[in-house]
Amino acid sequence: MDSHHDSNLSNSSQVGQPFTRLEDRRHLAGQGGFVADLRLPGIRDVAFLRSSMAHARLGPIAVPADAPAGAVWTAEAFHGLVKPIRAVLDRPAYRPSDQPVMAEGTVRHVGEIVAAVLADNRALAEDLAERLEPAYDPLPAITDPEQALLPESAPLHPGWADNVYMTMGRTTGDFDAMVARADVHVTRHLRMERVAAMPLETRGCVARFDRGSGVLTLWIATQRPHLIRTMLAEQLTGIEERDIRVIAPDVGGGFGGKSNLYPEEILLAAMAMRLPHPVRWIEDRWEHMVSASHSRQHVQTITAHATKEGELLAVDVRFLVDGGAYAMRTSTPAVEANMASSVLPGPYKFQAYRFEATTVATNKTPVGPFRGVGRPAAVFAMERIMEETAAAIGMDPVEFRLRNMIQPEEHPFTTISGLVYDSGDYPSLLTKAAQSIRAPGKGDAPANIAIGIGFGCYTEQTAHGAQEWHRRGSPFVYGFEAARVRIDPSGGVLVSTGIQSHGQGLETSLAQIAGDVLGVSYDRVRVVHGDTELCPYGMGTVASRSLVMAGGAVEGACQRLAAKIRRIAAHNLDCAADDVLLAGGEAQGPGGSIPLDAVARIAYLELQKLPLDVEPALDILYCYRPPVETGAYSSGVHAAKVAVDLDSGHVKILDFVVAEDCGRVINPLIVDGQIAGGVAQGIGQALLEEFQYDDQGQPTKVTLADYLVPGAPELVNVRIIHQETLSPFTVHGAKGLGEGGAIGPPAAVANAVSDALRQFGVDVRRVPIRPEDLWEALRP
Amino acid sequence: MKFPAFDYARPAGLDAALDLLAGEAAVLSGGQSLSPMMGFRVARPEKLVDISRLSALRGAALEPDGTLVIGAAVTHAMIEDGALPGPLGGFLARVAGGIAYRAIRNRGTIGGSLCQADPAADWPCVMSLLDAVLVLRRAGGERQVPVRAFLLGHLMTAIEPGELLTVIRIPPQPGARFGMAKSTRKLGEFAEGIAAACLTPGAARVTLGALEVPPATLAVDPALVTGPQPARLTSSPLYAAVDAALKAADATDPAGYRHHLAVLTGCRALIEAAQP
Ligand SMILES: Cc1cc2nc3c(=O)[nH]c(=O)nc-3n(C[C@H](O)[C@H](O)[C@H](O)COP(=O)(O)OP(=O)(O)OC[C@H]3O[C@@H](n4cnc5c(N)ncnc54)[C@H](O)[C@@H]3O)c2cc1C
Repeated sequence: MDSHHDSNLSNSSQVGQPFTRLEDRRHLAGQGGFVADLRLPGIRDVAFLRSSMAHARLGPIAVPADAPAGAVWTAEAFHGLVKPIRAVLDRPAYRPSDQPVMAEGTVRHVGEIVAAVLADNRALAEDLAERLEPAYDPLPAITDPEQALLPESAPLHPGWADNVYMTMGRTTGDFDAMVARADVHVTRHLRMERVAAMPLETRGCVARFDRGSGVLTLWIATQRPHLIRTMLAEQLTGIEERDIRVIAPDVGGGFGGKSNLYPEEILLAAMAMRLPHPVRWIEDRWEHMVSASHSRQHVQTITAHATKEGELLAVDVRFLVDGGAYAMRTSTPAVEANMASSVLPGPYKFQAYRFEATTVATNKTPVGPFRGVGRPAAVFAMERIMEETAAAIGMDPVEFRLRNMIQPEEHPFTTISGLVYDSGDYPSLLTKAAQSIRAPGKGDAPANIAIGIGFGCYTEQTAHGAQEWHRRGSPFVYGFEAARVRIDPSGGVLVSTGIQSHGQGLETSLAQIAGDVLGVSYDRVRVVHGDTELCPYGMGTVASRSLVMAGGAVEGACQRLAAKIRRIAAHNLDCAADDVLLAGGEAQGPGGSIPLDAVARIAYLELQKLPLDVEPALDILYCYRPPVETGAYSSGVHAAKVAVDLDSGHVKILDFVVAEDCGRVINPLIVDGQIAGGVAQGIGQALLEEFQYDDQGQPTKVTLADYLVPGAPELVNVRIIHQETLSPFTVHGAKGLGEGGAIGPPAAVANAVSDALRQFGVDVRRVPIRPEDLWEALRP
Repeated sequence: MKFPAFDYARPAGLDAALDLLAGEAAVLSGGQSLSPMMGFRVARPEKLVDISRLSALRGAALEPDGTLVIGAAVTHAMIEDGALPGPLGGFLARVAGGIAYRAIRNRGTIGGSLCQADPAADWPCVMSLLDAVLVLRRAGGERQVPVRAFLLGHLMTAIEPGELLTVIRIPPQPGARFGMAKSTRKLGEFAEGIAAACLTPGAARVTLGALEVPPATLAVDPALVTGPQPARLTSSPLYAAVDAALKAADATDPAGYRHHLAVLTGCRALIEAAQP
């Protein structure tokens, strides 16, 4: 990874420095602690029997006569103990579906839980689980979103008239007039296939109920412990939220896939409450492939209407998303299509916009959020049509884009879909990316290789506040983040926060922010997260929000604590609080200084030196709620250079440039890492990853030998160009950037391949791009 | 998934292993194919006889007539690192280095790969090209089977219960030059197209794997291989010749991509063999 970065911050500031991550010390030494590492006395393992059928009536489950008593738990065992999961969206067009915590009467996708088996270890639990015999009476399976819309496809959910979770549409601007004015009308039918986040660590949950205190503790590989706790309290009977503790220990990647409330977590909790010992379930990769949330799977039709001079006048788009069998909490499957339709305009302005966004139920694994949510698909649609429209009017695709981009001085800019962009300079990002990727020129490839260059431009809505969540109809209106900052009597700084860090390096970034305010080195700051008992309430790490929101909270808490430290120091240095500077681990006054540990000692253990009007202790809780709640918009341009082997149809990425703008960069190393990781996932989606099902609804890719994720040889050294357009709406001017890396690659790679093959009249209509499809299209 | 329960034995010598195999037992070599299948509970051996540390199966030697003898439990990594003596050592090291990932090569063995008989695997293809002979032993007996009679189809071989593949014998290949080509979407994955080629004065042959049937060895006019090639292989006379030969072998859907990849990798392997 090369990174070019100009920082305008002073050297004394820790914000902006490329510090290596504090958390890497434990991870590189193999000393991290994940759910599966937990050792609890008496723990027993759970294996789930999962449906082998995509759609069937479920009859009685025959249990072998020699099964130990209490080993097999079917749906009846949970009657009265758990409630079905209902993900709601406060929008009239949305139709909720109940997701059973354990199937009863009907199974609706391969992988749905049919029974739980408890044994001394996982292997024994599996031995018994495979001997259970559920009676299945097969029903026709819906395996494709277009099939779901056919009148002959019977509704999958009771009380539904069809298979639509949600459909909505809107026309903004004088659509017909713009279409009439346009010289060219370019349409593409596109598909983005079904993928999943595929973190290295699968899901997992350990549950222990302490009879003495009545406290239920769950260790879950999750991105948002507090929210899971709130939801568990709603799902379980006989326990209050107060008595539930959720701990997310080290989590080996989430990418949205670990942000849902899962049936397994509820079942483990309910079982633990009835058992005298802790229970554990560690997901294996097959289970992960069939029961952790999937994502994307769009069928799209998009038309651009433009003048021959290159003015984009109107866009018309239809998104159809295969949402799978159930609506997961909290995002619901509608999150994909709804998000795609609202972010489609990206960095462009045009006069009229018409969209339709439809999400349907099928007999497949439920769809949930995955890094990018809706944006990779929207950007794929929009950027493919920008590319094809430029070609149709014979204009350079970069020039065509530049001609239609929002200009920096137009911010804050309200898009035609109603989003409010805070700041950004999209034309300069595109210009930089284009210069960089085009530098060596196309050129002298062997004749069986076609080389192409393609772009994917996007804006990335991040760190949205309450107003935006409310607009979307979210039942939880997320809009704040809290930080508790303590300095102990020895001067050590402890920050606890409601977000959760599972690879984002937040233990380091937040320490840099705290260190700057408190005048201590970041490695004196310990950041605690992922424990509902130790940390203040927070929404967790989703939606590219943690640095902006938790960063704002940590900054605010530290500022308040710093003010208190100054007052204590001023009292003892005989100067004014305003004259005290916190730096180098001391409180420095005009005539002398006091080390921070001495100030802390005064606050706790030498109260004789503490002014009477200052409250003892150094311990502050602060909640940050952004003043403007429409979000901070990062932006980026991804540029790919590819080689297509015309004989085999194989695509190789030769070069990949990311020009990106996430406002203030807190830690460039971490930012670059987030981008490179996201790009890897995006390239996977562009070239390799997809789930497939046969017409019975059987998934045909259920191992990592079939579902291909890119490895180092399939990737390239991502070249990153940073641009810092500060957000006027956030504390540090920072914008979220966790998802951006994954947003651009499908569009950029598809456009590059289309550029390479334009001479043969071939363009990409589907990602992942399959060699056999290109070969078929290129056949003489 | 976890393995179902099984018994495990690691005999100290070859005879002990053969005795154990005479009962109901399965061979465990590198475990790189068997253990995933046990994890999915597709393979359910009741007893495993681990041969991976039998020193009698872990060596390689060149016989006076030039025959290369390789022990069945020699790992891909050993071959990659130069364990094979003689003129074939370099080519086979390259083949080994292209199998899977190093972690798998550290354990996976040449004998295990041949007994697994995955049509897309490297050793079945290369050993077919080289006319290797496999030595199969059982308690009190031994037979030698040419690899082309050994490989019967997808995951099917001529091995019988109680038999152990002990040694692979590769006849000398005087004056031969070799080429290898694979087509994968992701490095280290099983190939979608795989071919190994051999060029000797006056003859060219190529073995195509990743078919529904055992690797197919086709003879090709060497003049087509050594001459200059057009930029697009698909329009070359060589492509047409391999295509026709594979169609005649009736091993693929001739209109399909897999057929094309087999022909394409075949051409590429042949051209590589012809490189100076
Ligand atoms: C991710 C992955 C990628 C891979 N990619 C490739 C690839 O690109 N190319 C490739 O060629 N291979 C590939 N492989 C397979 C790998 O090379 C295995 O090592 C090989 O197929 C089996 O060898 P093994 O020693 O592990 O055999 P095992 O798994 O131990 O055994 C395989 C089978 O052969 C039997 N067996 C083993 N040895 C003997 C013997 N001496 N006599 C009788 N029976 C025996 C066993 O009983 C079993 O049925 C890959 C494997 C994985 C997991």
